[in-house]
Amino acid sequence: MAVRLRTPLSEEDVLKLKAGDIVHLSGIIYTARDSAHRKILELAERGELPFDLNGAVIYHCGPVVRKTSNGYEILSAGPTTSARMNRYLDEILSLGVRGIIGKGGMDVGPFKDRAVYFSFTGGAGSLAAKSVKRVVDVLWLEELGIPEAVWVLEVEDFPVLVAIDSRGNSLYR
Amino acid sequence: MIEAIVEAIRLAVTRIPDDVVLALRKAYAEEENETARFNLGNIIKAIDLGFADRVPVCQDTGTVTFFVEAGVGSPFLGEVRGWLIEATRRATEEIPLRPNAVDVLTGRNSGDNTGEGIPIIHWEPVPGDRIRIAVLPKGGGSENCSALAMLTPAEGWKGLTRFVVEHVKACGGKPCPPVILGIGVGGSADYALLLAKKALLRKVGERNPNGRIAKIEEELLTAVNSTGIGPMGMGGKTTALDVKIEVAHRHPASFPVGLVVQCWANRRAFIEIKPDGRVDVWQ
Repeated sequence: MAVRLRTPLSEEDVLKLKAGDIVHLSGIIYTARDSAHRKILELAERGELPFDLNGAVIYHCGPVVRKTSNGYEILSAGPTTSARMNRYLDEILSLGVRGIIGKGGMDVGPFKDRAVYFSFTGGAGSLAAKSVKRVVDVLWLEELGIPEAVWVLEVEDFPVLVAIDSRGNSLYR
Repeated sequence: MIEAIVEAIRLAVTRIPDDVVLALRKAYAEEENETARFNLGNIIKAIDLGFADRVPVCQDTGTVTFFVEAGVGSPFLGEVRGWLIEATRRATEEIPLRPNAVDVLTGRNSGDNTGEGIPIIHWEPVPGDRIRIAVLPKGGGSENCSALAMLTPAEGWKGLTRFVVEHVKACGGKPCPPVILGIGVGGSADYALLLAKKALLRKVGERNPNGRIAKIEEELLTAVNSTGIGPMGMGGKTTALDVKIEVAHRHPASFPVGLVVQCWANRRAFIEIKPDGRVDVWQ
């Protein structure tokens, strides 16, 4: 089944998705890798997180970026290996995050009854970049560097696969 | 000269070699699993886009690694190191590459893919007056699946098969399968891993010239593909596009096996610097 969804995702959007579904995702997504996860959790604990992660989708991605006269352009933006972020998963989902996009799979348990794991094809960065309409913002670029910064991206019809659903089904072997 | 090296890096990250593309198209044609076809289809689209737009196919443009066969009669021996570092800097800015060099203590990104010991340059002095350089940018996801097994000589080749298959299973989708496996056997712990990485410079389908080792490569490929891990770890026929083995004699007490896992984006390019300063770049 292929469905179109727009972020922020509602609980209802997410609970009906099944492993194997293809989703065309539009709206805002946030990239975050190892350091960004640590930073997000630190700031959230102090109530100082500068964006709202309720219904949000987080993308495990460190893009190739070109600076342009009026901002930034994303040239290549495939997913990074999600398993490294397993240790932050439960806490991140507790902030209201409804979807994670990555590759390689994650622990299934924390997704139960609240969120899904979407996979995009690892290495297919030039294709993923075609779904990025614009860079809305970037956070902590100076501190974390290009790959680890949080890039706030507006995507349109980003074709992702539901690889772990909220009922505990997983496509990974 | 620096421009030629930048061009080689650009070629490596934006254009996947023909032998790899052919193997991926074959995998796509043979695949029946729908999820595997979704992933292989995306891979093929991404390859076409990277080349057409001259942008990196994969956003992880990796750690830039050079293997230098340095002809000891070349007039450029003293300059090559500086050229490789400067070309890496310029490539980061011009292509661009993702800056992937981070200080181990402070976590600070150098911003230009250079730093202590980076880019990685392996030197081998050879007779002659030409310098031949292989560029192998390698991503972190697949590199994290590298492994070393110090097997006992009694375990030997059987132990190697078990180790490789178990390791590929444990890695699952993490290294972006379908992968290409580089395996180094013998030498020492460090040398086995170096051989394993060098093995990745060979074309897909190109067998080890020693027939007995070539046969082991083929058997291992079949064993790895029968795991059913499949593209991106979600099931399917093709887990590996190829297996490459390089060997060295070993100590009687040791059977070192270095395993380097390469993702489907098996990026590579070659440069040859002739004694009159002319340069060839190819893939």
